[in-house]
Amino acid sequence: MDMKDGAPAPLRLRPELAICEHCDSVHQRGPLAPGEAADCRVCGATLYRRSRLDIDAMLALTVAALIVFVLANAAPIVTMQSAGVTTRGWLMTMVASAWSHGVGPVAAIAAGTVFLFPLAQLALYLFVLHAARLPARPKGFGAAMHGLRWLRPWSMVEVFLIGILVSIIKMSSLARVTAEAGLWGFGVLTILLTALSTFELRALWEIHDGR
Amino acid sequence: MADEPLIPRGAALGLIGCEACGLVVEQPPDAAPCPRCGHPLHARKPDSLTRSWAFLVAAFILYLPANLLPVLRSTKLFRSWSDTIMSGVVALWNDGAYDLAIVVFTASVVVPLLKMGALALLLVQVQRGSAQLPRERARLYRILEFIGHWSMLDVFAVALLIALVHFGSLANAEPGAGIVAFGAVVVLTMLATMSFDPRLIWDSTRIPDRRATDRLPT
Repeated sequence: MDMKDGAPAPLRLRPELAICEHCDSVHQRGPLAPGEAADCRVCGATLYRRSRLDIDAMLALTVAALIVFVLANAAPIVTMQSAGVTTRGWLMTMVASAWSHGVGPVAAIAAGTVFLFPLAQLALYLFVLHAARLPARPKGFGAAMHGLRWLRPWSMVEVFLIGILVSIIKMSSLARVTAEAGLWGFGVLTILLTALSTFELRALWEIHDGR
Repeated sequence: MADEPLIPRGAALGLIGCEACGLVVEQPPDAAPCPRCGHPLHARKPDSLTRSWAFLVAAFILYLPANLLPVLRSTKLFRSWSDTIMSGVVALWNDGAYDLAIVVFTASVVVPLLKMGALALLLVQVQRGSAQLPRERARLYRILEFIGHWSMLDVFAVALLIALVHFGSLANAEPGAGIVAFGAVVVLTMLATMSFDPRLIWDSTRIPDRRATDRLPT
């Protein structure tokens, strides 16, 4: 426990400590009950937390979210009726339409943050959670964990959901726009992704350390 | 009160917490890979201030076309977006839709400006070595991190609206360059926020309490 100068032993690990990412304060780790979080006493940021969900529950949630993801994309989001013509809009057809009507970069951002990144997130969750149940760390585990950390801020399903609602309201003066199953799908997907994000991913690094 | 032990800082003890996996390592050489996850270990994010300023200045510059160029061109419809964001707000106001005018003005003009201003304030304070209100500045940074992607709302809404209008061949609505600039402002502000290292807020030697000691917590 002391920090005498002495011979520099390179890369001594101190897994019993936690350092606040936001202010660099050093804290002693302690056990947490499910659903609890440890906050930094200096700056108030969350140091680490323990999810209410264990790995099996997380796996079940991930599979559920993948199914909902497929449904949300397979079902139309809105139907529009005007002058006797009914049109239905899926996520991908709307992105394609936005792409071909001059908002290419915006369409690309939407395709990434609403379709590609959440899908990649779910696939990686599936992989790392499955890996956590194996006796040893499989190949690619580290890359998958880093990928998940990188993807987290760029997944914007919840923002998109509110964006659809705003555009439906704006359109209501022009045509009869009704929400379809796909919109509900994105609503449920938002809830499932939020639940998944409460999980402390870092805890997965420790699982294979103890074995 | 005075007996409360001082909480040491990693920098003073030569301890680095891995940015990716959280493992605490004693005195690693600079940029050595974390023994657990392989991520390079840095005491502070490298070139944090330079990178953050670069993204922020780019965002500030693009904020001008985002507000001056048209967001959506359309005949008679969607006054709240047609032409520039500001003229849309003025049109809504003149129509008597004061509430909607205020909502659009807040979401599209005030919030992005506040976000960039707040980040600029954090950067300037760090460079001045300010010791004022570190806890409040830390909280401000966490708020910036949290609301970052919500400014994308207007961008998505405009893109969806254009898609819907063309589906139904209802009217003539074309996007303006303003909406692309606006999306770029949001992304650049997010990158600037991510590049900033909040630990710098606490690095000022003038912050008196919680001074680093040579003792580890027991």
